[in-house]
Amino acid sequence: MGPLIPNEIIDVNWNFLIALIVGIGFGFILERAGFSSSRKLAGVFYGYDFVVLRVFFTAAVTAAIGLYYFSYFEWIDLSIIYINPLYLKSNLIGGAIMGLGFIIGGFCPGTGVCAAMIGKIDAMVFLGGIFIGIFIFGETYELLWQKIHMDTFLGAPLVFDSLGITSGLFILGLTAAALLAFYVTAKIVKKVKPVDY
Amino acid sequence: MDNTLEDKQRKYMNPYLAGFLLGLTIIFAFYFTGRGLGASGAVKSVVVATVDAVAHDHAMNSEFYAPYASKEESPLRAWLVFEVIGVMIGALISGILAGRLKLKIEHSPKITSKTRLLMATLGGILFGVGSQLGRGCTSGAALSGMATLSTAGFLSMIGIFGTGYVFAYFFRKFWI
Repeated sequence: MGPLIPNEIIDVNWNFLIALIVGIGFGFILERAGFSSSRKLAGVFYGYDFVVLRVFFTAAVTAAIGLYYFSYFEWIDLSIIYINPLYLKSNLIGGAIMGLGFIIGGFCPGTGVCAAMIGKIDAMVFLGGIFIGIFIFGETYELLWQKIHMDTFLGAPLVFDSLGITSGLFILGLTAAALLAFYVTAKIVKKVKPVDY
Repeated sequence: MDNTLEDKQRKYMNPYLAGFLLGLTIIFAFYFTGRGLGASGAVKSVVVATVDAVAHDHAMNSEFYAPYASKEESPLRAWLVFEVIGVMIGALISGILAGRLKLKIEHSPKITSKTRLLMATLGGILFGVGSQLGRGCTSGAALSGMATLSTAGFLSMIGIFGTGYVFAYFFRKFWI
């Protein structure tokens, strides 16, 4: 039963090779879908291109359905996979800082890497900015961030438990929300003035 | 839509197909390794390795760097570093196949290249700080976090995109 490496079904020495293969798939798909263009990405915020929402939402729903079916067939033990810990304050404030970074910089780290690789100079500069940002965070960690970073720790809850519903019902709702979002955004794109990029 | 723009769009994969394949990639990652995708963590490893190489004592005295710098092996021997090397290779292959390899500063005609580079740097700095405070970026915290149905993943997504929408109006001239 998976996960194969944590369950020692595959030797741990394969871990980095699998990381490389996963990365190649990730990078190829992102670039192929157009995530190497900041103006295409920014379209999601202005309504002229919803590729981010379409790819992102489809991927999350596909992965969630897949992982829960894998669990249902007992192919994977979901209790030992990595679940993001919830630190309420730093989660939301960190997210907000990133959101501001997204609308100003036009990339997120993964898409920035893809864009830099195909020659976008603005993406190379963006990656330099991330390096500087992490360095600033590291140098001012104890002074400015540590308290809020560690505050309001709530374990690693799952969203359907937080909402008090079953996993199946949540996934059904998420899928319905995705389909509705695809439908509505397709209507919006037709009404918004096209942007040439 | 003129022909060149149509050609350009045709070279992009259907977004739903791309999303489906990306979802399969995430399942593959969890099935084999028990963890999902990421990106900012690799840059963090580079920062830690750099600080450790330049000022080892300083790194060991910092609560941020020390957990990574104190290990026997290099901070660069990390899962996410190998994964991001893969992302580079994958993006390069796709770029070559689509004929998109070109040195260029992409920006709205309403702003100069210099403004774009300045904004990209500032956005990067904010993403660097935010990803450390929020324990991961769009791929690690939001996308992979949503795939496992973690509450944190959904809150990260709401935090990132919600804030993007709140501020979009003020930065519209940089994009449209």
